[in-house]
Amino acid sequence: MRRLINRKPDGVARLALMLLPFLLVLLAYMAASEARLAVNPNDKLLPGWASISAAVERMAFLPDSRTGNYLMLNDTLASLTRLGMGVVIATAIGGVFGILQGLIPYFRAIFNSFTNVLSMIPPLSVLPILFIMFGLGEPAKVLLIVVGITPFIIRDLALRTSEIPHEEIIKAQTLGASTWQIILRVVVPQMLPRLIDAVRLSLGAAWLFLIAAEAIASNAGLGYRIFLMRRYLAMDVILPYVAWITLLAFALDLALRLFQRAAFRWMYRGTGN
Amino acid sequence: MTQVTVEKLWKVYGDQTVLENISFDVAPRSFVALVGPSGCGKSTFLRMMLGDEAPSRGRILVDGVPLEAEPSPDRGVVFQKYSVFPHLTALQNVMLGLEFAGSPFAARLFGRARREARNCALDMLKCVGLEQAVRKYPSELSGGMQQRLAIAQALVKKPKILLLDEPFGALDPGIRAEVHEILLSLWREEGMTVFMVTHDLSEAFKLATRVIAFDRRRTRPEELKAYGATVTFDIKVDGKAVPPAMSVPAPALAAQ
Repeated sequence: MRRLINRKPDGVARLALMLLPFLLVLLAYMAASEARLAVNPNDKLLPGWASISAAVERMAFLPDSRTGNYLMLNDTLASLTRLGMGVVIATAIGGVFGILQGLIPYFRAIFNSFTNVLSMIPPLSVLPILFIMFGLGEPAKVLLIVVGITPFIIRDLALRTSEIPHEEIIKAQTLGASTWQIILRVVVPQMLPRLIDAVRLSLGAAWLFLIAAEAIASNAGLGYRIFLMRRYLAMDVILPYVAWITLLAFALDLALRLFQRAAFRWMYRGTGN
Repeated sequence: MTQVTVEKLWKVYGDQTVLENISFDVAPRSFVALVGPSGCGKSTFLRMMLGDEAPSRGRILVDGVPLEAEPSPDRGVVFQKYSVFPHLTALQNVMLGLEFAGSPFAARLFGRARREARNCALDMLKCVGLEQAVRKYPSELSGGMQQRLAIAQALVKKPKILLLDEPFGALDPGIRAEVHEILLSLWREEGMTVFMVTHDLSEAFKLATRVIAFDRRRTRPEELKAYGATVTFDIKVDGKAVPPAMSVPAPALAAQ
């Protein structure tokens, strides 16, 4: 009998094993839903497939009777716009500050403790301040995402930058590079893929802040809809929305990963992965 | 013609003396091997030559002028590891030094200047036998090829001094002999002064015109902190003529 650590599933088995937990959750839900509906056909807590698919059709494929909009599309666009703006701004600030903090001792001396302290502020506690200062409109929601994930990106990138071997920085200087030229040709190109990793890791937090901001003050958005539907116990809408948000988050992560592989081939060449 | 003078050089970290009272002169076109046991300060000496560290006392003069306190293009370097940039192809790695010089803001060359730099870099890569690998990234090259690339990258700047920090320590013996030959022929052609740190004595005597050994004279435990290493042997290697003045034009010059 070989040790467990030496036994590996082959292709088909791996696919089946991967799908297994998803299937189990689905089956458990269906059984529980049927059991509750058998007792009370009007139960709202665990809706059956019929009411879920009717809700999806109503939200996604039929125009809203009051506004004429496709609500799910509207919500998705509103949320992705906020998320995108927040993440892009945070990435830009995080990239610049992270690289400068990791590379330039004077810059680090000024900003290192400051960003460390900033990163300890719970972002949601800043949300009321943002609402007071910027009103209930879009800027406050975008800013919450920025406030929430920028310190992490700065710290992660500063760490990655300081991990560039000292030899490389010395070598660049013996080739006549100025500080600016080192940043431009040695540090930035090596840090861009790391920046993508940092963004991927902070996307989960970005979604959290987005949904929190939308839940409190909004009139469109995935988070807004979920919290609105809670008032009517409309699980048949909330469940597919949660699944849809999960799918969006997964797709975004996958897209970033594929982009990284395609754009930074030097990281993956010759290393066997 | 590069004359290097080391004057009463000391290096002290806190209360730990690493190097004490190192003095020697190096004639132009020498190939100096620095040998000694681990931790004797030979790499520290090389980092001071490089300008990466400052001497605690004393100074190093190149052609009578004290060394700049930071690395500069007149001193090329090849480390044992991390000497080339992983995100650039072999050709881009060698062109980089030329692009730094020719384009202060963008650090990239375009048009005719780019073609000239490219040709110069290609000649250099041919000198080290990497003409088949110009488009490869360092991670796709073997250890020996990476070190040859690092040598080409350093020499494209025509440094007066080439500093080598155990450059061949990680290579197989066969590959090592191959890179030795390439290094010797480049040294003869370019006429720079070479300092090589190595822990391999046979390598030192095979390549160098002069072998300088660093070691501690006092090794009793209570003396280890207060006394550093100094020059214990300074051996001229016979039968090694210092190369004649520029009999062969350097490849990059010839290309221009």
